[in-house]
Amino acid sequence: MESDDRPQPEALLEEAAREHRGRLKIFLGAAPGVGKTYAMLEDAQRRRKEGADIVIGIVESHGRQETEALMRGLEAIPRRLLSYRGRLMSELDLDAVLARRPALVLVDELAHTNVPGSRHEKRYQDVAEILDAGIDVLTTMNVQHLESLNDVVARITRIRVRETLPDKVLELADEIELIDLPPDELIQRLRAGKVYLRDQAHRAVNHFFSRGNLTALRELALRAAAERVDSQMISYMRAHAIPGPWPTSDRLLVCIDAGPAAEALVRAAKRTAERQRIPWIALHVLHEEQMDEPARDRLAAAMHLAEQLGGETVVLPSEADAVSEILHYAAGRNVTCLMVGRPRKTRLFRLRASVTERLARRGGDYDVIIVSAEEKPEASAPLRAVDTSRRINGRDALIVTGVVTASSALAFVADFFLDVPNLSLIFLTGVLLVAIRLGLWPSILASLLSFFAYNFFFTVPYHTFAVHRTEDLLTIFFFLVVATLTGNLAGRLRERADSTRQTARRIGNLYEFSRRAASAAEIDDVAWAVVSHVSGTLQCQSVILLPKGIDGLEIAAGFPPEDHLTPGNWAAAKWAWQHDKPAGWSSETLPGSDWLFLPMDTPNGPVGLVGVCFAERDRPLSTEQRRLLSAVVDQAALAVERTNLARDIEEKRLLTETESLRAALLSSISHDLRTPLVSIIGSASSLQNYGERIPPAQRGELLETIQDEAERLNRFVQNLLDMTRLGYGALTPKRDWIDLRDVVGRARERLKKPLADFAVSADMPDTLPLLHADAVLLEQVMVNLLDNAAKYAPPGTAISIAARPADGMVELRVSDRGPGIPPADREAVFDMFYRVRNGDREKAGTGLGLAICRGIVEAHGGSIRVEDGPGGTGTALVVILPVPAAPAGAGEAE
Amino acid sequence: MSGIARILVIDDEPQIRKFLRISLEANGFEVIEAATGKQGIDLCATRTPDLVVLDLGLPDLDGQEVVTRIRDWSPVPIIVLSVRAAEAEKVAALDSGANDYITKPFGIAEFMARLRAALRSRPAEEGAAQAMHRIGDLEVDLARHQVTLAGTPVKLSRKEFDLLRLLVIHADRVLTHDYLLREVWGPAHLSDTQYLRVYIGHLRQKLGDDAANPKLIVNEIGVGYRLVTGA
Repeated sequence: MESDDRPQPEALLEEAAREHRGRLKIFLGAAPGVGKTYAMLEDAQRRRKEGADIVIGIVESHGRQETEALMRGLEAIPRRLLSYRGRLMSELDLDAVLARRPALVLVDELAHTNVPGSRHEKRYQDVAEILDAGIDVLTTMNVQHLESLNDVVARITRIRVRETLPDKVLELADEIELIDLPPDELIQRLRAGKVYLRDQAHRAVNHFFSRGNLTALRELALRAAAERVDSQMISYMRAHAIPGPWPTSDRLLVCIDAGPAAEALVRAAKRTAERQRIPWIALHVLHEEQMDEPARDRLAAAMHLAEQLGGETVVLPSEADAVSEILHYAAGRNVTCLMVGRPRKTRLFRLRASVTERLARRGGDYDVIIVSAEEKPEASAPLRAVDTSRRINGRDALIVTGVVTASSALAFVADFFLDVPNLSLIFLTGVLLVAIRLGLWPSILASLLSFFAYNFFFTVPYHTFAVHRTEDLLTIFFFLVVATLTGNLAGRLRERADSTRQTARRIGNLYEFSRRAASAAEIDDVAWAVVSHVSGTLQCQSVILLPKGIDGLEIAAGFPPEDHLTPGNWAAAKWAWQHDKPAGWSSETLPGSDWLFLPMDTPNGPVGLVGVCFAERDRPLSTEQRRLLSAVVDQAALAVERTNLARDIEEKRLLTETESLRAALLSSISHDLRTPLVSIIGSASSLQNYGERIPPAQRGELLETIQDEAERLNRFVQNLLDMTRLGYGALTPKRDWIDLRDVVGRARERLKKPLADFAVSADMPDTLPLLHADAVLLEQVMVNLLDNAAKYAPPGTAISIAARPADGMVELRVSDRGPGIPPADREAVFDMFYRVRNGDREKAGTGLGLAICRGIVEAHGGSIRVEDGPGGTGTALVVILPVPAAPAGAGEAE
Repeated sequence: MSGIARILVIDDEPQIRKFLRISLEANGFEVIEAATGKQGIDLCATRTPDLVVLDLGLPDLDGQEVVTRIRDWSPVPIIVLSVRAAEAEKVAALDSGANDYITKPFGIAEFMARLRAALRSRPAEEGAAQAMHRIGDLEVDLARHQVTLAGTPVKLSRKEFDLLRLLVIHADRVLTHDYLLREVWGPAHLSDTQYLRVYIGHLRQKLGDDAANPKLIVNEIGVGYRLVTGA
């Protein structure tokens, strides 16, 4: 089919992504001393002669003259000096390299582990950042540092290499040059002192550099390089649509438990999957039983390793039994190959076959690979008890002693008053109680103590520890059996109860969080809900960091409240934010920080960071904690995103509303400005075109129209100007002593035309006090009120103006017999935009009039409102203006 | 049509009605006025005007509604008055049967010209289509599908001719985009206004009309095209 021949998009994308990255070339060797650094420097010198901009990031010459000679002429970036435990160490200065931006940088020893306090834990992470910046890198490494080969190398050489590299680093390399040296020559070089070895390696040197070892390592290096070439060829063929027999989308599923062999199992899976060129998944099915701390750590480490080695990691809760769970999952993921570890030594009370055995039996459709993983001696626990984590502490011992003492006392009393055939039952009860309350070990202690007490006080011979009767031996045996059984049972029960309680608390917490996050409207509330939830769930300090400005972050909330982070922690937070990856404590980047920062990821990118800080930081996070943390962070991300979206929607809605108001206002204003203009232009052009044909009386009418409409336009423009001044808060009344009757009179005069069709009456008593107000502005109010009345009331009806003094105020009332204003709208008519919403179908007038009235009246310290007209019909606009105390005196003084 | 044409003016602004009445009467028309849509429809039914001048912004009814209701029973020419911002309203009014529109504010001369054109177009539509049309130098023979410009034959494509025919028949009236597209290209192409632009461009070129300053085929922005006879 044609579509199959097309280049695969992912492969092309990968190629394209590599275009922008710097190119990575690795000089791979089988062992120290084969000449990797030398080869790298030679390559660099060759490129320098071609004119490339090359700098040395870090290269250790170890005093070898040949190496130093080759370094000459190459610019070296000064190293970064760090003091660690009183010693001055030098490291690659990542920031200096990034700032210098050469075309190519030399970085020796890719597997190197940085001094604590550096930005990244490992040097390969520094290199990754350099590559991301588009700078090419030449580097060196030995094959034994490859993570997946770690076990094999350890088995061959008996030396566990601590500095390891994830295999994907090798896959990132654009070019690998294998530096090969036959073992005999290498041994010669070593004898000639040409190989630099670290102090700690000296003791192992003879063993390490044996011919057998070197041959094996050489083979490993050759194979690693060959595999790399293979996979490079495949991705090239994919990208360029070269057909070939591709491995199908098979998968390998490795089932790991918390056993000591978990890591080895992961490495084996990685190797097998790589050989078959298929993706692989590391799966852990949660047990019903609780894991103890070391087991949890082992599992966490194994899962972490699997991630590093490029596998997918999955943790499943076990609903029914682990085997069904595994097979079900495998079926859903197109798994073809199952990998499990050889079962550990059989347990004491094992009722059914091990997972491995059952998988082998039931997994008929799969290739099942059983891996023998060597067990580390320290890991084989002597007695697999449920409650191994709980040892006896001082408090327990005290309680046990108390219980046994009480049992003895009770036995004495019973022995004294009653003839109890077997007093040991009393002790047994005590042992049972201890078992239930305190678990296995205290109950064993209790059974031993009880036996001694019983033996000492109540068996013949009294007051000695000697045992004469077989019965008593039986008693101690029963004590022990009962203690072990019930202790185990009770411990299990208590753990179950504990875990149920913990689950319940978590669920409650989760529910509480969802509820709070859902009801929180503001981002601050959500932030607070997040931190209190994280702190409550994980028992740690927490902060939430949200973006601020273009590239900044700020602490939105902290629990307990916190608004300060040390510069080191800030650096971790910034890195996490910029790279959208976890950073800080217990992560790969800046692990020296106190805080761990996790990005809150959403499909639209990260929305912020959650930071956590645990009181105990010597152990990394367990899988369980990690899982919980990431679940909580996911939830937090959702909550924050929801709030962000809600805010965006609200902003958009407001914008739309403002926009539509503006449009409505504009169209209304243009309508009102234009209506008089239509009459003016129409009338003027009529006069101009047909002047002589129009009878004189009608010519007069046209001229009158022009004048009236021009005045109307003028009033309207005045209103607009007033409105603008009101809007800018620039309307300050020019106060003077005025008589309201004058104001009303002038307004009526100005509105003679519109009011001509109405019966206007004014009732204004002589006792009306003078007002201290702006006459021009009040006239405008009057004009607007009367204009409105004339606009809305039917012609021929009455418009009445009434003023009367009331309570140190003057009340002015303008009433008409128009349609009236419904009570619900009586406040809204003063809103600048009230009328404009109705479009231009209304009578002329923007509806600015009443808004202006209110503005002016309030500027005078008065108020304005709408009431029913006289007799409940029409509209009455009531203006109340304050009367100052002074005017009477001022009048007399004249 | 009796000797004096009767014009119905429907507008809520008394001042506008007043100058229209005075001017129309000075030009020998009889004028009846209505201040609301309902009153206008009633007068249109009872007084059978020869032409209706309708303001789209009426207090009681949508101007659009008034056009539709009148069109239910009367083919009377309707000229719509509207402000510039309301293109959509104008198009809707034209599509529901209005014959022309004038943007407020307007000079009385333009108004009269439109009014006369609207009155003229009536008998032309009613009587059998006139075959020969002369617009300045342009001669269009609809019967023979021949077009000459100052005596020189002009070669038009089929669609170009169809377009010109519509414009000529309805000379001096604005034809909406929708109308032209439906008549020439069919109802499936109502949104393909780019066809119109291209063909109008061709027509203008062939008929010697300057696209930058058209004298013959005038673009009514956002509404449609009008063939100007200059009468």
